[in-house]
Amino acid sequence: MSSGQPLPSLPILDQEPTGRRGFLKACGATLGLAAWATALKPLTEWAQDVSVEEFLQKHYRELKPDEKQAVFRRLEADCKQDHGVDVTISDPQAIPGVQFAYALNLSICIGCRKCAEACHIENNHDRATNNSYIRVFEMVMGGIDFEKGDATYDHPVPQPGKFYMPVQCQQCENPPCVTACPIEATWQEKDGIVVVDYNWCIGCRYCEAACPYHARRFNWEAPQIPAEEINPDQGYLSNRIRPQGVMEKCTFCLHRTREGKMPACLEACPTGARVFGNILDPHSEIRWVVENKRTFVLKEELGTKPRFYYFFDE
Amino acid sequence: MSVSPHITSPYGAHRTVGAVESYPRFLWRSLGVATDGNWLFYGWMTLLTAIALVGANAWAVQVRDGMIVTNMSDHVSWGLYIANFTFGVGLAAGGVMMVIPAYLYDDEEMHELVIIGEAVAVAAILMSTLSVVVDLGRPDRFWHLIPGIGKFNWPMSMLTWDILVLNGYLAINLHIVGYLLYMRYLGRKPNPRWYVPFVFLSIIWAISIHTVTAFLYCGLGGRPFWNTALLAPRFLASAFVSGPAFILLVLRALRSTTNWEWSPRPAQTLIQIIRVAMAANLLMLFSELFTLFYTGSGHAAAARYLFFGSHGATGLVPWIWTAVTLNLVGTALFCMPHALERGSVRIAACIMCIIGIWIEKGMGLVVPGFIPSTLHEIVEYSPSPTEWKVTAGIWAFSMLVLTVLIKLIAAVHSRRLHSTAPHLP
Repeated sequence: MSSGQPLPSLPILDQEPTGRRGFLKACGATLGLAAWATALKPLTEWAQDVSVEEFLQKHYRELKPDEKQAVFRRLEADCKQDHGVDVTISDPQAIPGVQFAYALNLSICIGCRKCAEACHIENNHDRATNNSYIRVFEMVMGGIDFEKGDATYDHPVPQPGKFYMPVQCQQCENPPCVTACPIEATWQEKDGIVVVDYNWCIGCRYCEAACPYHARRFNWEAPQIPAEEINPDQGYLSNRIRPQGVMEKCTFCLHRTREGKMPACLEACPTGARVFGNILDPHSEIRWVVENKRTFVLKEELGTKPRFYYFFDE
Repeated sequence: MSVSPHITSPYGAHRTVGAVESYPRFLWRSLGVATDGNWLFYGWMTLLTAIALVGANAWAVQVRDGMIVTNMSDHVSWGLYIANFTFGVGLAAGGVMMVIPAYLYDDEEMHELVIIGEAVAVAAILMSTLSVVVDLGRPDRFWHLIPGIGKFNWPMSMLTWDILVLNGYLAINLHIVGYLLYMRYLGRKPNPRWYVPFVFLSIIWAISIHTVTAFLYCGLGGRPFWNTALLAPRFLASAFVSGPAFILLVLRALRSTTNWEWSPRPAQTLIQIIRVAMAANLLMLFSELFTLFYTGSGHAAAARYLFFGSHGATGLVPWIWTAVTLNLVGTALFCMPHALERGSVRIAACIMCIIGIWIEKGMGLVVPGFIPSTLHEIVEYSPSPTEWKVTAGIWAFSMLVLTVLIKLIAAVHSRRLHSTAPHLP
């Protein structure tokens, strides 16, 4: 580049009569644009699946009642179209005066993973990955050391010298995931359950990094479930089939528990190790456990204040 | 060329110029310069475009098919993209190491070149932003992040702070670079009122971008490897190595492709900064490792995995020892003034430090935050071909932008690109 050269010609619209360079540039620009369009073509194939209504949908907590209904009907129609299944999307609200809590008796849990399996079915998880909100750790007797734990065991249970520790969302009173989220796509409901608006989440996974309990999951691809296995009773904030590219988590089965039922994982437990209920109700079983058993919570030192208690019988 | 009636240009508050020399026209003519060059230039730009296209295609497929095409998992939920993001923020912050000598210490010769550092900052911010965008599972919902339209969880979420400071830094630097170039193009002396306050703001802002980026990680109590107060100072120290080292390479390229001459002193200043910053960086790294390994608490699990492997898993061991070796050798070279006088040694030292810090801050910091997981499971991670392609594409695109910026700066500096309007007194 020497300073003696004449001024460069203007791009594309060359005013000079000798427009060879300008012509070449125009050709280059056209070729370049075509190349970019080709490279990005998969985006257009993907965009066909995202409707305008879905793109413009407001945050759950800003939807008016009629807008909510429209969203639920749209999601039901989408499910019919994509999976050929009639589902009902409900939206049960937190019950005033209720704060849910969970307790798990480590003395009688046998590590059968029935809870994880029930979660898998109830919450419409992707079949191929065998996803579940519960991970059951086989722990070595003599301490509670996750470093010696193993969540991938594949043998008859219970094994001698081992105890079993299922871990799921702790529904923290002070949830680090909620603080981390840059767009309020996840929040804590009045009954203490932390939920995700799957239609608002942008999939940055900062909440997944923030969670100290490995409780959050990301939809690395669209979940695949055979039509006959889809659970049709779905909650907007809980077990409806999640879209690709968003976070999800345990919601204490709010579509069941807010209707007076127990979480699927509790119902599936063959040993009765799980206790669930309203901690504000002085006569509830969960209240009795928390008041009378030597309970502990995971990683108490982090100040997350879990609503999930572990205890031993003896 | 006829002079049209006098109007006030947006950037010339107290002067009137020909409307024909408006800022848009300056940009238009800049486009002409940016697309003109010799065969070496065209070859370089074509190569970068080709790599960028491969990356764009890989990203488009990732959006369509889901992030399953990456090797990230629920155990290691951030990988190469966020690693590259972190490095990019450091590179951007490093540009300030030209601004400080030039403006705080009135180093005249540095002043001449400081715009190069600002251009590097612009390209580096672009690289960081793109690295985050490709990490999103739902880029179509990007608008949820826009304050006022979406839902911006500010001031609670550190990520919202990062979005604010990065965009602010980009805006500040674009303004400074644009204004200074435009004034030079017009052949006028820049009005300090229009850029000096922004320069000082950019100094504070440069510190803030890397501090906030460190806070993203060290604010998470559940990740002991990140949860250390030393993280932000370490980030800054390493940024003040990688930034100046990168700028040294850019200056080198500029000198061999143009006839722009300058004294060796600005480069010497940058080398001095690299020496001190690298010493500080290594000292803090050593201090961190001592605390982790000597106390031998559970907090050392990630560091043990990173440096020595754990339970037979050794995925990051080659990475981190490569980084340690490159950083130490690079630093040693920077401390040998005679050897450093040879261009090849200087280039090698710069490249070693850049790669060393890219690994130390990326694969060596982001990934071990997830291994072992919060429940002490060990699931390893190494980037997938898609992740490599997308990352290479982002680098290529950012280098493309940087090349254009540097070319413009050189053209305006050499007066090859200047206003053709009659000079007004």
